[in-house]
Amino acid sequence: MTVNGEARACDVKGSESLLFALREYLQLTGSKGACEQGECGSCSVMLDGELVCSCLVMAADAHGSEVVTVEGLGGSELHPVQKALVDAGAVQCGFCTPGFVVAAAALLDENPAPSSDEMREALAGNICRCTGYGAILRGLETLVGDR
Amino acid sequence: MTTRVRTPTVRDGVGVSTSRTDGIPKVDGTYLYSSDLYMDRMLFGATLRCPHPKARITRLDIGPAVAMTGVHAVLVGDDVPGSNAFGLESADQPVLATDLVEYWGQAVALVAADDPETARLAVEAIEIEYEVLEPLTDPEEADRRDSAFHRARCRRGPQDASGAVVVEGYYEVGMQDQAPLGTESGLAIPDGQGGVDLHIATQWTHVDRDQIVAGLGVDEDMVRVHHAGVGGAFGAREDVSLQIHLCLLALYTGRPVKMEYSRAESFVGHVHRHPAQLWMRHEADPDGTLRRIEARIIIDGGAYRSTSDSVVGNAVYHAAGPYRCDSVSVEGVAVRTNNPPCGAMRGFGAVQACFGHEAQMDKLADALGMDRVELRIRNALRRGDRLATSGQVIDTSAPVTEILERLRRMPLPDENSSDDPRLLPGGTGLTTSRPMVKRGVGYAVGLKNLCFSGGFDDYAEARVAITPFGVEVHTAAVEVGQGLGMACAQIARTVLGIEDVVVYYDDTSKIGSAGSTSASRQTQMTGGAVMEAARMARQIALERGGGDELDGEGVWKDGVLVTPMKDLVGRENIDYHTRFHHPQTDAPDRNGQGDIHVDFAFAAHRAVVDVDQELGLFRVVQIDTVQDVGFMINPRSVVGQIEGGTMQGIGLATLEEIVVEDGVIKNPTFTDYLLPTFLDAPPIEIEVIEEPSSFGPFGAKGVGEPPTVSSTAAVVAAIRDATGLELNRTPVRPEHVALGSRQPAVYSDC
Repeated sequence: MTVNGEARACDVKGSESLLFALREYLQLTGSKGACEQGECGSCSVMLDGELVCSCLVMAADAHGSEVVTVEGLGGSELHPVQKALVDAGAVQCGFCTPGFVVAAAALLDENPAPSSDEMREALAGNICRCTGYGAILRGLETLVGDR
Repeated sequence: MTTRVRTPTVRDGVGVSTSRTDGIPKVDGTYLYSSDLYMDRMLFGATLRCPHPKARITRLDIGPAVAMTGVHAVLVGDDVPGSNAFGLESADQPVLATDLVEYWGQAVALVAADDPETARLAVEAIEIEYEVLEPLTDPEEADRRDSAFHRARCRRGPQDASGAVVVEGYYEVGMQDQAPLGTESGLAIPDGQGGVDLHIATQWTHVDRDQIVAGLGVDEDMVRVHHAGVGGAFGAREDVSLQIHLCLLALYTGRPVKMEYSRAESFVGHVHRHPAQLWMRHEADPDGTLRRIEARIIIDGGAYRSTSDSVVGNAVYHAAGPYRCDSVSVEGVAVRTNNPPCGAMRGFGAVQACFGHEAQMDKLADALGMDRVELRIRNALRRGDRLATSGQVIDTSAPVTEILERLRRMPLPDENSSDDPRLLPGGTGLTTSRPMVKRGVGYAVGLKNLCFSGGFDDYAEARVAITPFGVEVHTAAVEVGQGLGMACAQIARTVLGIEDVVVYYDDTSKIGSAGSTSASRQTQMTGGAVMEAARMARQIALERGGGDELDGEGVWKDGVLVTPMKDLVGRENIDYHTRFHHPQTDAPDRNGQGDIHVDFAFAAHRAVVDVDQELGLFRVVQIDTVQDVGFMINPRSVVGQIEGGTMQGIGLATLEEIVVEDGVIKNPTFTDYLLPTFLDAPPIEIEVIEEPSSFGPFGAKGVGEPPTVSSTAAVVAAIRDATGLELNRTPVRPEHVALGSRQPAVYSDC
């Protein structure tokens, strides 16, 4: 598969998830495992252009696919979503943050000017335990103003 | 020669919302949490857990697991070389159970294997048989049998005082999980000389170290605990979970061992917020003046002690709330059962107490025909008053009246007439319609003791070094995400006048304890230590440099740079190491009286909730809060703590409960244990009151817990306001609203 623009290969066992393969075989530990059930969004990645919970995707099913993780979003500079979240104080423990970054970037790709309600709805699959979501929303709202 | 007029204020000192240094690594995915650690040749650990809440192990055969390819160690209780007991306040829990198992999910054996799957299969291969025993799971029955960890009481003033108006109530608080997103995880690395380095997400490295060395039976300096990236804590990481297990496996195998709990295992791998039952009786004069408060509180400590003694003490001391009253009797007990062990969670007993006393205040106001906020203001604690329970004089800012006045004046949200389902209870399920919805408003105010209480020698060490390359701050305190590192750097900058400050989180061998990142204490304790060390370092610099002012350029005298930094510390750093203690507190006397707490913070919430009573649906529309914060070292961090803490309180009011039936957790997943999502999160308007605390750097107070104390009570009060129902239990479930709340127990039953 292609991960963050690079061809990567690894041998996976039958039931291993894409999240497991990214973290354990490819050492891309930015995507986090927190619920293993697709409830919390901490493992969000882009799979062939679609936002998915990588804990719910069998690694073997990603064969030949294009995967973008939080490590591949920014390039040499931070992605605007990353910068906005830091600047807004939307990062506390930060464990949910990579998932929020990927999901928010996916939302803005699809809809460059979402309303606040659209943001809240689009990110309802990502759980944050620290911030109460306020600072995340404030951070993302600055991006819509900028566009 | 450089001359100038007065030193400008240093950049990014206290009072400024600086950016966190771990912010960029956390958004780009490079920050290393304990679960991200990796080492060549590392093994993976797994744990065998008992599937019964109470049982006796009758047969245990590890042979089939040992025989598996790829398995390097299988350890049972008899393999624990030191003391097979640990515990935060007293060592009463086996590292690995050897005979009697006291709760569902208790650890019995450990495996280390080449990969996680092999480790899991090896756990399954262990042959174990149990004699299943009858568990004790009813807290009231436990109390009757005197199966108790601790009884606490406060008795103050004449016990025969009375008022003309009397209200009684019975209240219940469910078992909440801290649910940090990062599960328990860590990496233990043997040093080849019988010692071990543990990299772990924790809240207190030194107390982990002490419990590990006891379990390993080695000297203190053989174990070094390092602070790895922490994926949230909220109390869940104050107790040992896998720390001793990891070190045992690493020393046994001679290889690095990593362990990471699944979410389901995490639910049995750490302690929870104590479920509580509260019976309360309030008596007041017709003008609302409180004359008598009685309460009885049972909290369920589960199978092992953890911090239950302290939590029940806290529930007792906070039982009267932030109100004046000179006749008080509160009895509390932390019972021992075969339910999951409970311990620290944000709010630590004050949350449970607040749910009771605030429901009582509403009930009392209604009985008196008084405005609910007015009644609170009439009785509000002020600086110089005595805390109703312990009798100690409140010698810190206590702006309870101002908090309530300001909260009451904050604008209410508009009446929403929209049919947009996203704005209705039940959301886009389209289950209700606007005409079915009634709105309620609820207020609650609470207090929280700050730092450790009850005569505990509470201290934090810190070291501040001025070097040619900038200032180093060294601490063993744990940054759990709250922003402690920023606060320490800001304090050092302001005191020293030097902008270039880096905070180092030292392991347990390099510096003494900073105490736990809990009890809202690190800003005051480690912050206080950094301030003290920085002040002394500055003093040394001024003496060495022969001047009266210090900044990044060096030492100045009368506006002239007399000793540039390269000369000041070119040959020798200025280095000051301190151990900061907060003012001494008392152990309680037999009536729970004394100067038991060193400081308090106060907060109030006003919740606005829309309810469809017929369907039992409710939605928090908005929640506003005013909090006493002392001084904001980093305003954005303070807001972050208030918003996040408030949301955890909303969770306890509306969604979050570990459902335990006959000692078994029925919902140990995020599919069944529901956490607030973005769509459950209402707007939060925040005001703070900055009135300096009695101690704490620049007058700062801890801010982490107060937002969680009163938010739950406010949300449930708002649902009561909308429905007129009793709702004496939290979290409120749809059936409580749709079918009417459970019949409240009568106070005289207790």
